[in-house]
Amino acid sequence: MKSFNGKVLFLDRSDINTDEIIPAKYLTEISKEALKPHLLEDLSLEEFDPQTDHADKNVILSRSNFGCGSSREHAPWALEVNDINLVIAASFARIFRQNMYNNGMMAMELPPETIDRLFSSFSGAETTLETNLHEQVFIFRTADREECVSFDLSGFDRELVEAGGWVEYADSKY
Amino acid sequence: MGKTIAEKIFDSHLIDNPHGDMHIIRLDAVFCHEITTPMAINDLLQRGKDKVFDPDKIKVVIDHVSPAKDSKTAQQGKILRDWTRRHQIPDFFDIGRNGVCHALFPEKGFVRPGFTITMGDSHTCTYGAFGVFSPGVGTTDTEVAILKGICAFRYPKTIKIDISGRLKAGVFAKDVILHIIGQIGVNGATDKVIEFAGPVVDEMDMAARMTLCNMAVEAGGTCGICYPDMHTVDYLWPYIQAEYSSKEAALAAFQPLASDPDADYEAVITIDVSELSPMVTHGNQPDRVKPVEEMQGTVVDQVYIGSCTNGRIEDLQAAASALGKNKISPRVRAILSPATPETYQKALDQGLIKIFMDAGFCVTNPTCGACLGMSNGVLAEGEVCASTTNRNFNGRMGKGGRIHLMSPATAAATAVAGHIANSSLYRKDK
Ligand code: SF4
Repeated sequence: MKSFNGKVLFLDRSDINTDEIIPAKYLTEISKEALKPHLLEDLSLEEFDPQTDHADKNVILSRSNFGCGSSREHAPWALEVNDINLVIAASFARIFRQNMYNNGMMAMELPPETIDRLFSSFSGAETTLETNLHEQVFIFRTADREECVSFDLSGFDRELVEAGGWVEYADSKY
Repeated sequence: MGKTIAEKIFDSHLIDNPHGDMHIIRLDAVFCHEITTPMAINDLLQRGKDKVFDPDKIKVVIDHVSPAKDSKTAQQGKILRDWTRRHQIPDFFDIGRNGVCHALFPEKGFVRPGFTITMGDSHTCTYGAFGVFSPGVGTTDTEVAILKGICAFRYPKTIKIDISGRLKAGVFAKDVILHIIGQIGVNGATDKVIEFAGPVVDEMDMAARMTLCNMAVEAGGTCGICYPDMHTVDYLWPYIQAEYSSKEAALAAFQPLASDPDADYEAVITIDVSELSPMVTHGNQPDRVKPVEEMQGTVVDQVYIGSCTNGRIEDLQAAASALGKNKISPRVRAILSPATPETYQKALDQGLIKIFMDAGFCVTNPTCGACLGMSNGVLAEGEVCASTTNRNFNGRMGKGGRIHLMSPATAAATAVAGHIANSSLYRKDK
């Protein structure tokens, strides 16, 4: 199973699309590793520097409709090869969300009020996140604060996460 | 309680409900192109599972970058080519016979009302025009679809859009769908099917319905869908005539798919398009739309007519009539990419290619190319493109380039004017 812990990258915008996560010109790559240097290269977000800002991060926190646009699975793969296996947002585009779980990664929706609160209490501070899959809680931590937020992982998504993705699951079951 | 068309199709293909709202359905066809499928093929090889569920139900095309522009794209084509040979997949459309997937596959007769189809491409939703449940999926879903002929979805909830009124001359399906996306937003139909119905849709030909359904995903929709009717039967007749004694018999077989009057919808939105004028996007999300009049005068560098949204013969006809005998503005470069070889051939036969070339257009072979900034018309930093495609995302057609989405008629008029302009086909007062 993949790791869902680590430092949090705050992307304070809605409708971040898959062209921004990984531009189409890299879709000619046939290895996931080759996508690594290009993650979030075209993201329109003030003061975001794709060269440095996601370097040591493992979790993304964002707003609504994350991953809209193209169906390219290169978007989750570009995250995966950069050790980001978890995106938390107010909502996701359907295909992106499914692609994440299909790779044994997580795309977790939290209520918009919770997302608002997390942004206002943590963005700007160095924040780490610990995921307790068993209890279904995220623990956000900074040097001086801690907050627990519960989440709801559906039975199907849990099986995909535990199986490491849809291919293994489907092949063993159907 | 009655059912929607999407629910009827979904229910008839259901094979399992492993958990809660997740359902596994059987697929009638799996479509593949060279951008999202090679990674699935390689992964299957690595897992020692290089198999296909049914070679006759898998349809394959090289379309995004064609002919190959460099060794990487050549390699993607080769992986697909070798795979179709290895598994004796008969319907493989290589260079010379290839075109933009969502225009090509209907033209080849591979879609049927009531089908379930997936493809590793978000605009797979286009086939909904034929009364098909056809969500776009990613590569892993494609991998499992190739291997097992199945896919997992949430039970489809539907938003119905009832379109009434009468379109003015020079206002097209593209203007209608841009208007709808502007109304409901890029997130307005996320995880929901958009059902297009009403008298305006009933009158639309299949090309127009494909334009509508094509952009359902720009509002987040799982797919668009229309009811099959005589337009559908007429379009498919060459491919289905062996199966039905008459067109009426085919219609009688397809019509029960239409949503029941007491079907349950997430929302029903009624719009009257009688006063709708040609629309264009601004900014870099497809829900930022304005009437062309309000953007009139915006200078453009490139005009692009083509894609799975608006590269069909009907689109070329509209653009050619908007061009008339005019030449494009000297400050503009204009590119026409007919979506399929058949469209290209028809355009030649009908004298349309001559109109475009006389006007100063560059005519390319059928390919996605510039639509996703891959080839044949990539924008430079700061350049502006008037485009008949479906996405105006930042960087979509080239880093730092800006895109205004519009109908083929508006794009042609814009090419002539050198700035965003309404076509002479548009009659404001009628
Ligand atoms: S024409 Fe554009 S939107 Fe359509 S399939 Fe090709 S790349 Fe995708």
